[in-house]
Amino acid sequence: MDDALIEKLGILADAAKYDASCASSGAKPRSGGKEGLGSTTGAGICHAYTPDGRCVSLLKILLTNHCLFDCVYCINRRSSNVRRARFTVAEVVDLTLGFYKRNCIEGLFLSSGIIRSPDHTMEQMMLVARTLRRDHGFAGYIHLKTIPEASPWLIEQAGLWADRLSINLELPTDHSLKAFAPEKNGGTIKAVMGQVNERIVEAKEERRRFSPAGQSTQLIVGADDATDRSVLETSGTLYQRYGLRRVYYSAFSPIPEASSVLPVKPPPLQRENRLYQADWLLRYYGFTVEEIASGGEGGMLDLGIDPKLAWALKNRERFPVDVNRADREMLLRVPGLGARAVDKILSARRHTRLRMEDLGRLSNGLRRARPFLIAANYHPVGGLTDRLDLRQRLVTPSSQLSLF
Amino acid sequence: MRTITLREGADLDGFRRAVRRLAATRTAPEAVLWSVGAPSLFGDEGPALEDGAPVLLPQAVGQLIETVVCHGDPERYALLYRLVWRVLNGERALLDQHADPLVHRLERLDKAVRRDIHKMHAFLRFRALPDPDGGERYVAWFEPDHHIVEAVAAFFVDRFESMVWTILTPKGSLHWDRHRLMTGPPAERPDSLTDDRFAEGWLRYYESTFNPARVNPTAMRAEMPRKYWANMPETAAIPAMVRAAPARVQAMLEAEAAIPRRRMPEKAVAAMARQAPESLAELNRLIQRSEPLVPGATQAVPGEGPEGAAIAIVGEQPGDQEDREGRPFVGPAGQLLTAALEEAGIDRGGVYLTNAVKHFKFVQRGKRRIHQSPTAGEVKHYRWWLMTELGFVRPRLVVALGATAALALTGRPVSVLRERGPMVFDGWNGDGWDGFVTVHPSYLLRLPEEEERRRAQAEFVADLRRAATLA
Ligand code: SF4
Repeated sequence: MDDALIEKLGILADAAKYDASCASSGAKPRSGGKEGLGSTTGAGICHAYTPDGRCVSLLKILLTNHCLFDCVYCINRRSSNVRRARFTVAEVVDLTLGFYKRNCIEGLFLSSGIIRSPDHTMEQMMLVARTLRRDHGFAGYIHLKTIPEASPWLIEQAGLWADRLSINLELPTDHSLKAFAPEKNGGTIKAVMGQVNERIVEAKEERRRFSPAGQSTQLIVGADDATDRSVLETSGTLYQRYGLRRVYYSAFSPIPEASSVLPVKPPPLQRENRLYQADWLLRYYGFTVEEIASGGEGGMLDLGIDPKLAWALKNRERFPVDVNRADREMLLRVPGLGARAVDKILSARRHTRLRMEDLGRLSNGLRRARPFLIAANYHPVGGLTDRLDLRQRLVTPSSQLSLF
Repeated sequence: MRTITLREGADLDGFRRAVRRLAATRTAPEAVLWSVGAPSLFGDEGPALEDGAPVLLPQAVGQLIETVVCHGDPERYALLYRLVWRVLNGERALLDQHADPLVHRLERLDKAVRRDIHKMHAFLRFRALPDPDGGERYVAWFEPDHHIVEAVAAFFVDRFESMVWTILTPKGSLHWDRHRLMTGPPAERPDSLTDDRFAEGWLRYYESTFNPARVNPTAMRAEMPRKYWANMPETAAIPAMVRAAPARVQAMLEAEAAIPRRRMPEKAVAAMARQAPESLAELNRLIQRSEPLVPGATQAVPGEGPEGAAIAIVGEQPGDQEDREGRPFVGPAGQLLTAALEEAGIDRGGVYLTNAVKHFKFVQRGKRRIHQSPTAGEVKHYRWWLMTELGFVRPRLVVALGATAALALTGRPVSVLRERGPMVFDGWNGDGWDGFVTVHPSYLLRLPEEEERRRAQAEFVADLRRAATLA
């Protein structure tokens, strides 16, 4: 590796860092054996964390940050004045193998600005994946960011080599997409999502390999004026209609070389957090978008408390819940109780009537759950849930971030 | 009181032997004192212990034992034996009682060991050292909290089976030579592990992937506690990254919105419009350098015949002979088709011939390659190519031979014998093609009875003749 390559790596990693999706999960366990290299474990591994608290799992880079498109929220748009660079297919392959052998990464997450044409770009990305798999027996994780404007055959080919394909919708409404990403088209993006989903489902049925870890997308939050409700509605549709594995939310982050169309102030990072929590409630806790949104005001989530607590405070008549009797669905709605704690409660209560100290051993969130619960030796008298100051009592002053 | 001394580290075998003997003599946990120190010794006071029979435990208990023996807690064996004793004495489902204090404590030990294993998988870094024999050797130094060196071996062997590597830790070492795993004694921290330029590249990557606008060292330290930093080269950059972050963000917020230097929207749109293949030859080159969607074929078999032909005939997929020669319809079914065309008065040379799927799919039986029909999913994979191809040929009529071709051209399952005859196919960009469905010649080859075959063949020729009149 020479100075020039290190320099390029710096530019093309910097340009890729605004994409939040870095997970290396969902692949079937496999390994490269004596001739190949690497393995996937199913859950994925974070090999390091950067001081922004994010996990470093895949080598997340762009093939190039030259781009013919002009999406205003993106640092690589053609009208931005950033330094540009471009990797060859062989360079990306070497970097991936080199870092992988040193146990720095789980694999590659390759994305790209659009050069020459969407097809040309997508073909180069597909070639990286193909070279790694076919010529080097690479069995680590490969995530390719699909270019929706590329021809369908390239997406068919990419799915043969990648563990996961993603197509970023970036903006939750067609209206914002038109305003902020003039060359993009919501219809095209969704058509490709549909194509990929169809192939994934067929391949599963026919026991072939096609993007076995599914597809994901990213939505940028806070660049346009979409409410949390409309963001979550978009996610709900994506999960249902296109079978997406994950929707990532990325709080719009100030970028160098920002365009004047953008808001100057970034949205609070907490908004992104709350959206992830809400997304979780949507997928695993049986909540509807309507219920989640009702916890906040005017279509926005409450930034001060998590969406489950917000919902519970507005639906106090449904509490307290008896941990020894309530069904799973209702237990999942108790603030502070996660799905794992709920499953432990269900299995433990078959053997004994649960008391408060038992719950302390089953869940880490008891402090918050307490006012909403009834246990064998505990019944909140006078209805704790009726107290007006309940919200204050449950909210820990948000800790200031410390620099060191 | 019985004293049992187990080997330093994770002595799973010693513990298993001890449990068998103690269970055989029905010794209660209160009567056992566990200590650690090499080598494994059993019982000083009281009669010598006999070897015991294996003890039957629920699987979950076995798994918990395997993990917890790795823990550094000196009480681990005593706790585990109390668990085993209770399970053997009527509490089979004890592990489900997560609220039980003993279970709760063991679960915490289990979790700590799992976390340690996970962090070792994650944070260990290999450095490449040049090997005397020209290859590369990878060496790592790591300091785990618990006795997990042997527990992590399988992961590293599986992942790095093709490399030669050594892992050194204060709790033991591992060496893999691409064939055998050797375990060694505790090691000292090596003085210097020289680094190649990949380490430098990695440092640059780590710095560049960090977003200063989101600085949050607390979240970082929760997942990557400081005790691991010493052995991770990239962490050297952390203090400077955090220190510089606020100023970098301030600079971004204060900077005036950039004035674009170049802005040429026409170019982007034009480039996109131009990207599709511009000729049939270009399309075929693209197909030929693509990967078969089902592995095995020697080469892609493109269509053949004049562009602008009145009739395009679409078959299923290349067969054994087509795969070798790279040309469509040259095998037995192809010969039958040629004969039928001739009989119908159609010049084969004037017809465009192609297949719905461009690669041969087969299973090997001895020396023979037995044809396998493509699945519906595979047919769809190839559909874009077929449609683009026909878009260049622009025939007046498209003839589908058999169900696969009909599926590719209509997007739905078609019953050939019931629906044979004229039909409208999905075309390119929404305009339909005038189409015609008939059987595939290989269907004729498979008919067992001479009489039946002759009749079917006559019908096939009649179909072709009729198709010719429609074109
Ligand atoms: S197409 Fe992608 S890289 Fe190019 S400007 Fe838009 S978001 Fe950025």
